[in-house]
Amino acid sequence: MPKLLIQNGRVMDPATGFDGVTDVLIKSGLIVRLAPHMHATGAIAFDASGLVVAPGFIDMHVHLREPGYEHSETIETGSRAAAGGGFTSVCAMPNTQPVNDDAAVTRYILEQAARYAVTNVFPIGAITENSAGEKLAAIGSMKAAGAVAISDDGCTVMNARVMRRAMEFARAFDVPVIDHCEDANLSAGGDMHEGAESVRLGLRGIPASSEDVIVARDLVLVENTGARLHVAHVSSRRSLAMIADAKARGLPVTCEVTPHHFALTDAALAPYDSNYKMKPPLRSAADQEALIEGIASGVVDAIASDHAPHPGSEKMQEFEKCPFGVIGLETALAVALEKLVHSGRIPLMRLIELFTTGPARVLGLNRGRLEVGAAADVTIFDPELAWTYDVNRSYSKSKNSPFDGWTFRGGPVATVVAGKIVWQRS
Amino acid sequence: MPQGLLGIEGVERAEIEAILDRAKAFQPAQGQHFQKLDTLRGRMIVNLFFESSTRTRTSFEIAAKRLGADAISISAAGSSMSKGESLVDTLATLAAMRPDAIVMRHAASGAPHFLARHLPIPIINAGDGTHEHPTQALLDARTILDQRPTLEGLRVSIIGDIAHSRVARSNIHLLAKFGVDIVLCGPAPLAPPELAGIAPGVRITYDIREAIRDADVIMMLRVQLERQHEAAFPAGEYFQFYGLRLEHLGLAKPDAIVMHPGPINRGREISSEVADSQRSVILNQVENGVAVRMAVLERILG
Repeated sequence: MPKLLIQNGRVMDPATGFDGVTDVLIKSGLIVRLAPHMHATGAIAFDASGLVVAPGFIDMHVHLREPGYEHSETIETGSRAAAGGGFTSVCAMPNTQPVNDDAAVTRYILEQAARYAVTNVFPIGAITENSAGEKLAAIGSMKAAGAVAISDDGCTVMNARVMRRAMEFARAFDVPVIDHCEDANLSAGGDMHEGAESVRLGLRGIPASSEDVIVARDLVLVENTGARLHVAHVSSRRSLAMIADAKARGLPVTCEVTPHHFALTDAALAPYDSNYKMKPPLRSAADQEALIEGIASGVVDAIASDHAPHPGSEKMQEFEKCPFGVIGLETALAVALEKLVHSGRIPLMRLIELFTTGPARVLGLNRGRLEVGAAADVTIFDPELAWTYDVNRSYSKSKNSPFDGWTFRGGPVATVVAGKIVWQRS
Repeated sequence: MPQGLLGIEGVERAEIEAILDRAKAFQPAQGQHFQKLDTLRGRMIVNLFFESSTRTRTSFEIAAKRLGADAISISAAGSSMSKGESLVDTLATLAAMRPDAIVMRHAASGAPHFLARHLPIPIINAGDGTHEHPTQALLDARTILDQRPTLEGLRVSIIGDIAHSRVARSNIHLLAKFGVDIVLCGPAPLAPPELAGIAPGVRITYDIREAIRDADVIMMLRVQLERQHEAAFPAGEYFQFYGLRLEHLGLAKPDAIVMHPGPINRGREISSEVADSQRSVILNQVENGVAVRMAVLERILG
């Protein structure tokens, strides 16, 4: 593989705090040198003048749908969408068919990824068999096969005793437990956030308390077991406050927020458009503001897209029949730049941290740094780029995006995985 | 209203007044009850009822025919909709037949809004899930105006399962546009506090006596057991606390009227004595249904 020289970019690395214009030389999939004005014979040169050169972005919450739901997405199409969004690594949630609840499925995902993916793919194993919430999945062997965390995403383990046992196991194997916190009884039948808007629209509500009670339960169990807990897609103000409090008390707790939750509110639901239907639901303006504050204050560790592809045929139905979830890999960075950086809420370095060292730390991944010797995963973006997102040109097999037609200031320009440019804006 | 009629919420007060005025001309009392007009001759209206309904469907059908339109009614049972055809495919099929308007009843909130986004044909919402039932609110307003000179300054109590009632939502939006003092009353889980925020002039009480005090109009809602997804209230004691009985009427204004969108559950939300009393205008509501729907169809298609 030829060498790659990324020239004249503004290199920003939250791992070291480095922020300056320099060149990055990549050889054999590794970063070999950082220095200004390098000359490297035989190297492919990439002119990054005016662009930001950051460690490769990690999206720790993605649904690739393979195996089992290849009509919605595949490891190949999902990873292409990831690369098109500036991500060099994605973590694949286990709610496939079959569920990734044993080492054979974990290995299958990794083999498919090695063959077809353009980005790194890190599987997340299930907490319980078939994510049914009853018997523990083969946590140890999935970890040995390459799973980086466990989660029954979308099917919260409702039995506190089972969750306790899972946390004990996870602690012993040093695997983080990622929880989609939703009390299935409180949320049953709901289609959107419960509040003034749901009452007005006559849609059944999913109360914020359905998230809060599980976060509270999990924090108690963390205190008992010492397991590392990562709360997926926090959407409620109260949940975030509880997580902040737990962190202040030194508990091993982390959390992520999605772009749609900090960019949109339940007011977007008025046209009964299922491209705004997801779990947890878009919440109130007060919740949205709390999430942005949490991102600014440091309570939030990562931004994750919760990319959840569903084909048009499933989204073109009565609102209450449509499945939950929206795609988000290609818009995450642009939405974050727009709503967090250009709005003056956080500095650019903090934004990069949320996409790199943040998720890497949560998962214990040896990624997200731009240092000599590190894997050459690099995200190159233009914080000022003017562009419009057209979902019909998405790499994803599914087109269910709430951001279709949005005009952005800032977006990805090129994605380098293991020293190879896997995507470049045309 | 070339866009059809999806809900009362987005309709201007002047528009509502125009419909209510026009509906008066179509009332049987105005001597037109056997006269068929040709205002909408050659126009085709499809009544698409995904949910069973007798009075609304019949009333729309009669209204269309009195205006000279061709009306066909399709109900879900026995149609392709019951063979698993998706909503969007059913509607695309119907749209290809080029009706001039679609009147639609559906169990899912927002179903007509979804179709309105995908079809170029005016859609008239004949009730969507637990969201709106705009023509019901219009006929209710017409019925009140047959008894009172104006809506302005009235106190209207709406009692029952508000949370799941499309009739209540449409009425709240309509009455609020006329500055009506609106009192909502029902078991707490069926009258969530957020309801007070959907329009100005709305308050909530859980005490039926307080709700009825000084009311000009008492609107009772059907307790929709078929819409209960869970046991939100102890059904056995509903009538005791929220059923309207003769003894309550003394608390209201002396000439207060009692309304109900039907079909009524005698002994559940309303006693037989009240339903059959002089105060009840329940049958006037049914009668006004045709007149109001004629006015709506004429306005959209005329």
